[in-house]
Amino acid sequence: MSAKILLALDHIEGIASLPVYAQHGGYAVLKKVLSDISPQQVVEEVKISGLRGRGGAGFPTGLKWSFLARPEGVPRYLVCNADESEPGTFKDRYLMERNPHLMIEGMIISSYGLGANTAYIYIRGEYFYIARILEKAIKEAYAAGYLGKNILNSGFDLDLHVHVGAGAYICGEETALLESLEGKRGNPRIKPPFPAVQGLYNCPTVVNNSETLAAVVPILDKGGAAYAAIGIGKSTGTKLISASGHINRPGVYEIELGIPVEEFIYSDEYCGGIRNGKKLKAVVAGGSSVPILPADLILKTAEGAPRLMSYESLAEGGFQTGTMMGSGGFIVMDEDTSIVKNLYTFARFYHHESCGQCSPCREGTGWMERILHKILDGHGSITDIDLLWDIQKNIDGKTICPLGEAAAWPVASAIRHFRSEFEEYVLNPHLIEDVKHYYRLQTT
Amino acid sequence: MHNMNETNMTSQSQLQFSEARMAEIRELLTHYPENQSRSALIPILHMAQSDFGGWLSVPVMDYVASVLNLLPIQVYEVASFYSMFNLKPVGNYLIEVCRTSSCWLCGAEDITAHLENKLGIKVGQTTADGLFTLKAVECLGSCGTAPMMQVGANYYENLTISKVDSILEELKKENKYSRYC
Repeated sequence: MSAKILLALDHIEGIASLPVYAQHGGYAVLKKVLSDISPQQVVEEVKISGLRGRGGAGFPTGLKWSFLARPEGVPRYLVCNADESEPGTFKDRYLMERNPHLMIEGMIISSYGLGANTAYIYIRGEYFYIARILEKAIKEAYAAGYLGKNILNSGFDLDLHVHVGAGAYICGEETALLESLEGKRGNPRIKPPFPAVQGLYNCPTVVNNSETLAAVVPILDKGGAAYAAIGIGKSTGTKLISASGHINRPGVYEIELGIPVEEFIYSDEYCGGIRNGKKLKAVVAGGSSVPILPADLILKTAEGAPRLMSYESLAEGGFQTGTMMGSGGFIVMDEDTSIVKNLYTFARFYHHESCGQCSPCREGTGWMERILHKILDGHGSITDIDLLWDIQKNIDGKTICPLGEAAAWPVASAIRHFRSEFEEYVLNPHLIEDVKHYYRLQTT
Repeated sequence: MHNMNETNMTSQSQLQFSEARMAEIRELLTHYPENQSRSALIPILHMAQSDFGGWLSVPVMDYVASVLNLLPIQVYEVASFYSMFNLKPVGNYLIEVCRTSSCWLCGAEDITAHLENKLGIKVGQTTADGLFTLKAVECLGSCGTAPMMQVGANYYENLTISKVDSILEELKKENKYSRYC
């Protein structure tokens, strides 16, 4: 298998329509699975593949599936998390827009493996036009007999529906998503019970990211072992990376896990280097939540080994010198970038998106935003930098859901690696050009 | 504000989904288990916002509550949680400029400043003719095509100053309420 698995067909004209998708082998895997493979084997193949959740957490998908409770007479649900809201991430959008049937086929196979007869695609409200694309594709799949009752005479029934959200980052957290799907505020639930036991409508539920579910198709096509042979170590298969910021070729790239970060940034096959001949300053490698790394630490580990695009290599060095793969939202910053201002956009984001349930997050995110605003406004002091450090530390690990950590880590890593830049802002406020006007009008 | 109020008052005085919309809602309700019709709340709030002037007034929310047989508070608490639901009137065109990291790195602040100058309003305000409301919003998943803005259901990407100008001209020419769902 080449590195192009999920995006192998994305360049083909009309691939979003079922006839064209079918011409290129679409739904052949579903047919094979329903006639030759048992649901247990589907779960087994996904386990063997080593596929990890592509939404950000990187939890082994097969293992997650194996936790699904199967009490007699209780419906089970599969929910696709297409709420893609992590700043820097736009791969699911690309995947669903270009090749919606791949994910739908993956969902049908997954539902068969899990014994779910109803599945939902929870998509962020702003992606209305993609919801329309998915609805059209689902209609085609029903008409072709791939959805509905007794699919391809297998005796397996599945209904699949698109459900739009309405603008809330927190609904990408799986229990908040389920609350939202039930028509409530997106407040995360306390775990346990996990969704695998009590999820949607209190029934056993699996929630998987769009890319994860699409990857189920190639896994069942060539087998879990073939998929596991791609990649490096426990980072098996391919990953969609959303590349943005100061690069020559922003976009969505499918990479074999394990290629060097340096190659990803500078190769013309991917980002194509830094825009305008500038130097690289820093990278946020996995979406806004993961620690920012300066150029030297993103290209090489603290030990001097080349840093690779894999779950393990990106995390090497822990939070002192490493980061995380996260959602694969790869944001590149050139030498002229203000790390403090960039952090401010993150802090403002997390303040806006905190659901307000846990006080460390509700109060802390706003507090961090206000301090950063004060620093950018030329009124900061050295003690404010220490205060920021203190606040993030008191959010980290003290909230029901991971939004707390997501808000804390960018602050911690920016101070850890770029403290001198914060000090510069505080000690030389007259050097701060033009931020006052802009940041006043942008504060909510 | 003149046009806008007129639009809103006309549509809000007839608080009744059209028959086509009601058929859509009946179909929507089949997506969820019989005793879980509350699940349809967010999709129906989108429809209400789209049909009744671009925002959710208390009477509109009460009407949605009656359609789904919910308590009004169950609708208010949801409408106030999600950022796409407007609890105050907005212009015919709601312009939402992304302001988060990647868009900021690629010049979103210049786009916002230009829109402010061009429209003669600040972020959060509506033009006097009720045509445009300008809003700064968080990441819309368009980081690779930054800077970007959303107007109604449409994404406008890889923005430049001149591109923004031609988009505004186009919207002015259309001058109609941008129903988004």
